[in-house]
Formats: sequence, structure tokens, C-alpha cells
Amino acid sequence: MKAAILVFPGINRERDMARALKLISGREPAMVWHAETALPAGTDLVVVPGGFSYGDYLRCGAIAARAPVMDAVRDYAAKGGLVLGVCNGFQILCESGLLPGVLMRNAGLKFICRDVHLRVERSDSPFTRGYNAGQVIRVPVAHGEGNYEADEETINRLEGEGRVLYRYCSAAGEVDDFNNINGAAHSIAGIVNDRGNVLGMMPHPENHVEDIMGCTDGRGLFAGLVQHLEKAA
Amino acid sequence: MKARVTVTLKTGILDPQGKAIEGALKSLGVDGVASVRQGKVFDIELAGADKAKAEAALKQAADKLLANTVIENYRVELL
Repeated sequence: MKAAILVFPGINRERDMARALKLISGREPAMVWHAETALPAGTDLVVVPGGFSYGDYLRCGAIAARAPVMDAVRDYAAKGGLVLGVCNGFQILCESGLLPGVLMRNAGLKFICRDVHLRVERSDSPFTRGYNAGQVIRVPVAHGEGNYEADEETINRLEGEGRVLYRYCSAAGEVDDFNNINGAAHSIAGIVNDRGNVLGMMPHPENHVEDIMGCTDGRGLFAGLVQHLEKAA
Repeated sequence: MKARVTVTLKTGILDPQGKAIEGALKSLGVDGVASVRQGKVFDIELAGADKAKAEAALKQAADKLLANTVIENYRVELL
């Protein structure tokens, strides 16, 4: 898997992401600076990592979403290329128009930094084929603006088309207000675009991929992507 | 030429920050506050003197960057 990780000023999770991708795919990802106008030839996966691009000025992800490299990402996604946005990356994808909706301030106003449980809603997406539908995984979150909101029509479309891939839940997989850590509509933690090739998610699967991290539940996402690409090749 | 772009949240969009400010005002004993919505103000200085051009540029600025029109409205004023 030839992955390309976008690097914006203020991003701070790109090294974690690179480490996880190298570990699971066996291949060092390319780091692509935001001012580039093209992606490396043969890129299989574009990753927009987490952090605080441009210090979260204006709105989270707003300025990064207008960077030159994002035009290349839009073209890449329009051709069906796989794009994964994590945390600030999810915010950037929403701001760039690649995903619908917006990530608002957490309902409780506090920055949340801890492990959460996610229910994998389906296993037939490139981003979830490493898991079983209904499986509960544990991964960390670290965000102040992760409260996913969109108008009712958009939410209904996301639900109707099965585009919610990850939802906040309890350890037993129950989705309720208590486990909806940031107040997101329908406990949404991760969604895909209408073609299913662009995923945005707030939690950090890349931080649960090695035994030393205390959990390896995040591996499935990357292993699934590798499998998907091998099958497609 | 000076201009001001005001960005506000659309009606119906939950505003946790506005809610927190509303609560703080109430706890300060400021009477008569029914609700608070937080927004942003951009004071912009424009190089040219053409009003129509300025308005077009400001509208472009607001649409492309200053506002996220999914959740926000904006108003452009030439001062």
C-alpha cells in the first residue's frame, strides 16, 4: 500500500500515522507538504492526519482545507481514490467539501482525551473490512471539536445509505446519550462520502496498533485497507 | 476603504459556546438575558475605491473562507 500523508503546519499526529502505516502495510508512507500541487504517482491511500492545522484559527480545518494540495486530493477522490481523515483530518475533509456536515464544539465544551468504544456498523467498506459488523473496538479520542452536525436531510441520507461506519458506544456496544462523548448527531464517530471512498473519523485508530500501546484494536482499519488494495490489484 | 464582515450561526444550529456565555451572564446577575449566540467579526481594509468590486471581493472572501455556509450566515458592510 502506497500511502501519502498530508502535512500542514500545526499537524502533530502525522508521525503516529506514518508509524502505524509502516507497521501494518510494511511500506513507508510518503509525507506530502501542503503546498504541493500533486500527489506522488501511484498513491493508494491519502491520509489527512490529526493535530491543530493553522492553530485551529478561524474554524478547525478551515484554512488547511483551502491549501493547494487539497485540489489534488479532490481530483484523487473524484477518481475513486481512498482518502482517510482522522480528527483534524475529518474536520479538514468536512471543510473542504469532501464530506458533508461540520464538527462543532463538544457539547460539554471540554477537550476530551481518553479511550472510547466504537461500534463498527458494517464490514463491507474498505475502511471496515478488517472488522466484523457490530464489533466493538477501543481507540483513543483527543478533540475539542468533534460534535458532528449536519442538517436533518443530510443525516437521514447518511443513515439511509449506510454511510455511518463508526459510532460511539459502550464497551458492550450500546449506543446512547451517555456514551455519546461529544454530543454528535446519532453518536456519529465516522462517516463516508456517497461513493464510499472517503472516510472521516474523530477517533485515532493509529494510536492503538501495537501491544505497547495497551491495545491493538486500531489495526483492523489499516489491515482492512491493505487487504482491500491487494484484492483490487 | 474599510469593511466589516459579520459571521453568525444559522438559526437552529446548537451553539454550546453561546449557551455557556448565557449561563455566565446569568450567574453574574445580568438581568433580562434571554439567550446568547456567539459569532465572529472581521474588519477588513480594501486596497481599491470601487464599491462594487469591494463588495464582490468580500462576498468571495466570505463564501470561500470566512464563513462555513453549512452552519453560518454572513453579512457584508462597507464602512
